[in-house]
Amino acid sequence: MAVRATRLKRVIGAMTAVATVAFAAACGSSDSGDAASGGNVTLEFAQWWGAELPAGEFDKIVNDFTAQNPNIKIKLLSAPYASTKQQLITGAASKTLPDVVGLDGAWVNDFAKQGAITDMSKLMTDASYDPSQLASQVQIGGKTYMIPVVNFVYPLFVNKDLLAKAGVAKTPTTRTEFLDAAKKISALGGDVKGWALPLDTAVPNGVQNDVMSWLWASGGSMLQDGKPALQTPAVKSVVEYVKSLNDAGVIAPGSLTMKEQDKVEKFTNGQVGMMIDSLAHINLIKKNQPNLKFEVAALPAEDGYTGKRGIPYASWGIGISNSTKHKAEAFKFVSYLLSKDTNAKLSTIANGFPGNKTAQPDFGDSDPLFKTAFDIYQQGYPANEFVGLPKSEDLMRSFDEQLQLVLTNKASVDDALGKAQQSWSSVIG
Amino acid sequence: MSSLIASQVAPPVEQAAPPKRKTLARRLIPYGYLSPTAILIVVLMVIPIAMVISYSFRDNVIVQDNSVFAGLANYTKVLTDADFLTAIKNTAVFISVSTVAHLVLGLAFAMMLNTPLLGGVTKAIFRIVYILPWLFTIAVIAVIWRLLLDPSGVVNYVLHAFGAIQQGVNWLGDPGKALWAVTFINIWSGYPFFMISLLAGLQGIPGDLYEAAAVDGTNWFQRFRHVTLPQLRPVIISMAVLDLIWTSQQFALIWMTTGGGPLHATEMLSTYTYKQAFSEYEFATASAAAVIVLLLTMVLAFFYVRQQRER
Repeated sequence: MAVRATRLKRVIGAMTAVATVAFAAACGSSDSGDAASGGNVTLEFAQWWGAELPAGEFDKIVNDFTAQNPNIKIKLLSAPYASTKQQLITGAASKTLPDVVGLDGAWVNDFAKQGAITDMSKLMTDASYDPSQLASQVQIGGKTYMIPVVNFVYPLFVNKDLLAKAGVAKTPTTRTEFLDAAKKISALGGDVKGWALPLDTAVPNGVQNDVMSWLWASGGSMLQDGKPALQTPAVKSVVEYVKSLNDAGVIAPGSLTMKEQDKVEKFTNGQVGMMIDSLAHINLIKKNQPNLKFEVAALPAEDGYTGKRGIPYASWGIGISNSTKHKAEAFKFVSYLLSKDTNAKLSTIANGFPGNKTAQPDFGDSDPLFKTAFDIYQQGYPANEFVGLPKSEDLMRSFDEQLQLVLTNKASVDDALGKAQQSWSSVIG
Repeated sequence: MSSLIASQVAPPVEQAAPPKRKTLARRLIPYGYLSPTAILIVVLMVIPIAMVISYSFRDNVIVQDNSVFAGLANYTKVLTDADFLTAIKNTAVFISVSTVAHLVLGLAFAMMLNTPLLGGVTKAIFRIVYILPWLFTIAVIAVIWRLLLDPSGVVNYVLHAFGAIQQGVNWLGDPGKALWAVTFINIWSGYPFFMISLLAGLQGIPGDLYEAAAVDGTNWFQRFRHVTLPQLRPVIISMAVLDLIWTSQQFALIWMTTGGGPLHATEMLSTYTYKQAFSEYEFATASAAAVIVLLLTMVLAFFYVRQQRER
């Protein structure tokens, strides 16, 4: 009996050790999914788009591609934006990015410098692809690393009821008109304020969408020859203007830690009269507050400005991993998403504007506000100078912190811009 | 009987095997059993920690292939960074106030749930009510409290209704109040764990001790001080040390409520490290900050282990 028990112990011990080694070996040899077998290629596509589109819609678009290209299979890795970002940062660091990746313009520079995403200019040439049909490309050193597939613009949202109640007859088109309207709306009392300014530093894109947008709307720039130019009169006038709004008490309280979703919620609840926001939120606002009467308009510009107005945008960009063995197949998929018909279809269901200039989104079933926004978009130009900059989130955060010091009267505008300039110069100087 | 004894004392058959082989096989058996755990510990703990420590002594790690040895440069950079020092100060306030409040509230509620003055049904209701905050995930807690503490939220409404404030207070957006606001949220979300553990401790105190103390003519406070607290001491110390460690690692709550702002008022070591890594892509300095946090946490862990040994 004792012998059997001892043998049993030995056998179990040996089996456990073998199983453990086998498990460890299996873990070590697991494939990233970039597999080719029997002539078939499976491409992994990590993105957050599927999570933001109506359920199943993106799968349909992808299935059409696989039906046309039976030897290429697409494995969608869909996750929310924040999760996708972290996954891609980790993947870029370890050179294990999925074959095709959804990109935000803010990440491109860093990924390109790490050698994690590939130069698509060469792939375009190899595939005889005509890039003139693309609305834009994000290039680093003259090479294309990201192509925006769908663009989401950030116009001015105006609560028509509040504006009318405040006695403002027309939607503001200049900074002076905006300040005046914001003051009148705030004078309505209660919790109502004229404008919402989200400056949360966890996700500091308020600097891009809600602050620098004032600069771009007047044709200004925060860069000069690719270098930071934050101490120019144009940038200074924007910061001074935002401070004047703050001093006038027209900004909804809590802006220093306010997040984008708080801004949308306050607008939806009628707590703020105006906000600069993504067009993608129109459906959300209407779903949560069907009776809210609002419109979209071009961002107010400096008084007397007559030039084209830049309108901030965010993109669903696309890129290809540098480590994939199937770059040609990956580009075939990219060009499919950017083809006229597919791009129009994708833009329509995403409530965005196409990355292919020849694609026409179908506004037939959409809210009329999308058509209005499309007209604003076509009259102006898409402007987002943070796209393609290195450590762009960090740049936004350092500017954000200086702006917060200005708004809390802990720094002058000049000092704050001087420090922001210094901070930016250490990154992109 | 004699045959049984004979079989019991009979030499084992494996003695016939060569002594060296037997010894080796016998020695290896425990390692076979240990190997799954050992490999998991090495893969999931030792290697990542070793990598982080090694990153902290190099520059350009992860984002570039040509990382170079940087000595203590990353540590110097981190330790001279005003934001890091602010983060240390904020973390110290956050964890110490949270732990003390968790302990006081947890003990108070546990004693209330242990009192013979309340009936069984009443105790059950209070038990459910008190434990509720612990059942929410951090994401839900952050969303709930962001709404409650909004300048036009419920908290301000109630305070205003009772005349405690004249206008909406900016709890999370005011640099002077934000740290206390997030500490309060953390206290609210964490006290039930203390309460449950201390309640278990209270229920384990023999009634004889209280009876003997009563015979000696002690009042309630004397019984609390000389019977309850000494009996709960091991639980209190263990819980306090664990809470200090856990609270020092709190990231999600801060990130989802204030993001470390406004103006670094709620910057913690965890948010500082995260920003270094995932916003500035400075994985070397992030690693150095993480190693410093690891060392600080190990001091707490040392006290915890020592206390456990004493028990």
